[in-house]
Amino acid sequence: MEILIPLIVIALIVVFVIGLYNRLVTLRQRVREAWSDIDVQLKRRWDLIPNLVSTVKGYAAHESQTFDRVTQARSAAMAAAQSGSPEQRAQAENALGAALLNLRAVAEAYPQLQAVQEFKDLSENLTATEDKIAFARRFYNGNVRDYNTALQTVPTNLIAGMFGFTSEQYFEMADPTQREVPKVSFS
Amino acid sequence: MAAPPARLNIYDAVAANRWRTVALIVVFTGILTALGYVVGEVFAPGGGIAVVPLALGFSGLSATASYFAGDKLVLAQSQARELAPGEEPQLRNIVETLSIGLGITPPRIYLIDDTAPNAFATGRDPKHASIVVTRGLLDKLDRTELEGVIAHELSHVVNRDIRVMLLVTVLVGTVALLSDWMLRSFAWGGGARRGRDRSGGGIILIVAIVLAILTPIVAALIQLAVSRQREYLADASGALLTRYPPGLANALRKIAADTEALEVANKATASLYIANPLKDAPRALDGLFDTHPPIAERIRRLEAM
Repeated sequence: MEILIPLIVIALIVVFVIGLYNRLVTLRQRVREAWSDIDVQLKRRWDLIPNLVSTVKGYAAHESQTFDRVTQARSAAMAAAQSGSPEQRAQAENALGAALLNLRAVAEAYPQLQAVQEFKDLSENLTATEDKIAFARRFYNGNVRDYNTALQTVPTNLIAGMFGFTSEQYFEMADPTQREVPKVSFS
Repeated sequence: MAAPPARLNIYDAVAANRWRTVALIVVFTGILTALGYVVGEVFAPGGGIAVVPLALGFSGLSATASYFAGDKLVLAQSQARELAPGEEPQLRNIVETLSIGLGITPPRIYLIDDTAPNAFATGRDPKHASIVVTRGLLDKLDRTELEGVIAHELSHVVNRDIRVMLLVTVLVGTVALLSDWMLRSFAWGGGARRGRDRSGGGIILIVAIVLAILTPIVAALIQLAVSRQREYLADASGALLTRYPPGLANALRKIAADTEALEVANKATASLYIANPLKDAPRALDGLFDTHPPIAERIRRLEAM
């Protein structure tokens, strides 16, 4: 009987540790799944850009500076996705968002373009995608917050230290509509 | 007042709803078994026990059926049709965007061709959920209002309210149907017997007792399912999701101002909707069967956020 009691205590501790470990794994897994949500939407935005640029080009061919800026920002964002940290990637995507906003501001000056159905569709699509990016980012950050909180609070922090769980980074993205006033050049 | 921390409340709501689901099935099985026993005793004294396994089997079967296929039943009864891809792109975008914010698979979207503005969600979990809106809702609400309504419905999906509400709708519907059917068979059977002996009065007494026991239980079930707290919580988490409480508040105002009744809704499905679709005149028992908190109060709370 006396031998059983320490055994039971040990068994309980093991079960407890397993539970905490699994909780951390679940939380980390949620962060990763949420990340793939953002990824999908960011890629969808890249996919929309070539069509958007060529449609606007048809009506505003001489705004080449604006087009170059968008195209370059897109390449930079794609490169950052390949090799950069979430922080670098967020920066690159921010720059792309700002470039796109500028493009749309330029397009505002062409009433004929505004009447084209293809442009309207692309525009609505882009707005929807940017909304989705914003919501995906919020969901991701919520999950990162939950996971990081678990890493720092007792008792999960002990398990996290033991098994080498590391904190995740937030995906900070400025809302492009608040970021800057678009510079529209009519040169 | 600030909105409560909705994430925490959602997890609490999910746990509470898991218990409610179990309680519902237990109560439903109990009612049916008791009914079966009484029917058995009345028609063949001493034979009540023999009916019990039958009643258990039947209630188990119908609970399972309503859990897995109840949403199909409700959708069919509401004459809702699924949106084709590319139809109503704005609605689809709203549903997809808000679903991303909650981290769930976007539910299927259904449309009821009726000009009364209303909406509901049904299903058993986020992976098997459907959102239903009426044509009138799409026509009468602007984008932010529609977002508010969809966010409210998605909160019901995430909280697993849809599962409890669906079970209540189907199970309470079944109990109502059965007791209705029993009443008729008693009346018929009792009438036939009254010619031969004088047990008719006894049977009617039993029926009265059974119904007297049953009705408050059914009422309690409905209350359990459509607690006002649930609507307030869905309003609050919906507003937290869109970050724009006036959207839902304006939508509720428009829906309340509309006097048209939704024809495909009935007593059983009314509690599923975001606002009472029947638009019936208040009656004496309404306090007991109130399926929705007063809209004015919901709007007041949204505007205080």
